[in-house]
Amino acid sequence: MSDVAVIGFAAADTSVTTSGVETLVPVFERALGRAGLSRREVDFWCSGSSDYLAGRAFSFVSAVDAIGAVPPITESHVEMDAAWAFYEAYLKIVSGEAETALVYGFGKAGAGDLNRVLALQLDPYTVAPLWPDATSVAALQARLALEAGLFTERDMAVVAARDRAETAEELLTRPYVAAPLRAHDVARLADGAAAVVLAAGDRARHRPSAGDRPAWITGIAHRVDPPGLGERDLTAVPSATAAAADAGLGADVEVVALHAPFTHQELLLRAALGLPDSTRSVAPEGNAMFSAGLSRIGAAATEVMSGRARTAVAHATGGPALQQNLVCVLTGSETV
Amino acid sequence: MTIAFDYTRSLGPVLGRFMAGLRDRRVLGARTSDGRVHVPPLEFDPVTHKPVTDLVEVSGAGTVVSWTWSPHPLEGQPLDRPFGWALIRLDGADTTMIHAVDAGAETRMRTGMRVRARWAADRTGHIRDLACFEPAGSSVGSSAGSSAGSAVGSSAGEAAGEPVRIMVTPIRLHYRHTTSDEEDHYLRALADGRLIGQRCPACRKVYVPPRVCPADGVAPGEVVAVSDRGTVTTFCVVNVPFAGQRLDPPYVVAQVLLDGADIPVPHLILGLDAAQVRMGMRVAAVWRDRAQWSATPENIAHFEPTGEPDAGYESYAEHL
Repeated sequence: MSDVAVIGFAAADTSVTTSGVETLVPVFERALGRAGLSRREVDFWCSGSSDYLAGRAFSFVSAVDAIGAVPPITESHVEMDAAWAFYEAYLKIVSGEAETALVYGFGKAGAGDLNRVLALQLDPYTVAPLWPDATSVAALQARLALEAGLFTERDMAVVAARDRAETAEELLTRPYVAAPLRAHDVARLADGAAAVVLAAGDRARHRPSAGDRPAWITGIAHRVDPPGLGERDLTAVPSATAAAADAGLGADVEVVALHAPFTHQELLLRAALGLPDSTRSVAPEGNAMFSAGLSRIGAAATEVMSGRARTAVAHATGGPALQQNLVCVLTGSETV
Repeated sequence: MTIAFDYTRSLGPVLGRFMAGLRDRRVLGARTSDGRVHVPPLEFDPVTHKPVTDLVEVSGAGTVVSWTWSPHPLEGQPLDRPFGWALIRLDGADTTMIHAVDAGAETRMRTGMRVRARWAADRTGHIRDLACFEPAGSSVGSSAGSSAGSAVGSSAGEAAGEPVRIMVTPIRLHYRHTTSDEEDHYLRALADGRLIGQRCPACRKVYVPPRVCPADGVAPGEVVAVSDRGTVTTFCVVNVPFAGQRLDPPYVVAQVLLDGADIPVPHLILGLDAAQVRMGMRVAAVWRDRAQWSATPENIAHFEPTGEPDAGYESYAEHL
């Protein structure tokens, strides 16, 4: 089995067209530049995106234009957050089918109505025909946790205040958008793209033009909870707990990059992953749908690559109310 | 742009009976091997992984386990006035289902409140037969098109209807597509009666419309004016009628390699019998009346033969 490391990351927080092509070209350049690889040295390309979000068929095929696919490339795609494309690329390298990979995700949520688009990921027989919007579904989860006494609305506002100029108290004076959620509890709508470069052991170690050290993947796993909203305890995130155990997440991790589209979900995830309060959160660049999870991996890896952290964990989520969860543990030291 | 599609789904034995129950104003739950009753029903037992066969009737009344309030309902949702979303545990069920509660005001919503089903007047065997829920013991906001009938105490002995085989769910989504800078220049030139391409700085090919070079993955550079004349590289004769068709078959859709471009554009070849069109034929754009122009490729109505001698195969062989 090969050791695998993240060696480059870049993200963009704008998007031009729903195909992502124009946005991805400079993102690829920056990610590969940081990795010290050229485009032709990438053995495997893998992407995450959604046609429902893009409002066009086979949007991921259009996006391949950004790669420059002559001569032909090896390419794959997941209709999920690109963190799951990252998992596929990791397996491709571990299994010896590739030595290098570039994983990318892109989404332009602003082109459509994200709240309605996400209703279509719910059960197509008994739930999606009612069009429950993503914010309302999250609000139902938040109330369950609040009324169970797991945390307070103030705790949620504290999460939001971390990236804002206002205090939690100021935020709490705002009206509900979907009680008990206020505007600050809901992730801002974001367009954009992200790319992460991976490489196997020696390819990651020997890169003459790269300044950063590799961020070695010591564990990565993803799990899924039942799709029915009434079939699981929405105040726990068993799939995140299980993925963390499978990925070997320890309590000593220094930095965490969580993918929580709602403030209460960050609190649920911290508990599910068993993270102590001392674990530093990184605010990643790149929050677009279908690349936000990959951006967490990129942000966590950047902490390690730059030497700011020895160990880091990244988390990605997909589906309604934290249904699917992926955990990736990274380290700068080579004791893998 | 609006994209709409009627999703037509076949139902298996469990959902078919569940939907038939809704049509008859009865809610059926799936009892799994551990004795739990799931509403909506599960098709397979999550413990034994065996198909679920045991459907039991539960009440149309239940208790709100969690709720939120939608002050601005979205297109397609069960109610078009402010309403509550709730996770509702029906009496007799062990799981919750999500649905709308027509409570009238947010202050009337609370965890633990009792609600009952409001059935649609026209029921077809669809989840929307359950129009919404309403606070139990009240007659708030009965809406046009919905009956305020309650399922509480509905007859369990009523003969079950035939299982529903197919359910149709219309899906309608709206998008606002933006153009890239390159597309913007191209469309503005069209509005001006000009055709432009852009040259790839790596392979030097001229793309019409301009685009990121799919061979090199780099943004296009130098703007190049291209002719509104060109060569038919390949074509097809459309013989099949289809919805929205603007011309009567047979007619020809061809790839036209404009002079100065390295990639052909698709367009109509009219003004001659379909059987006369051939590879290498020289054609010219027929522009619509200038008064009809907009920033779209539709400014060119179609292409017609110029009468020039055919182009040699080698002049377009690379562009097929």
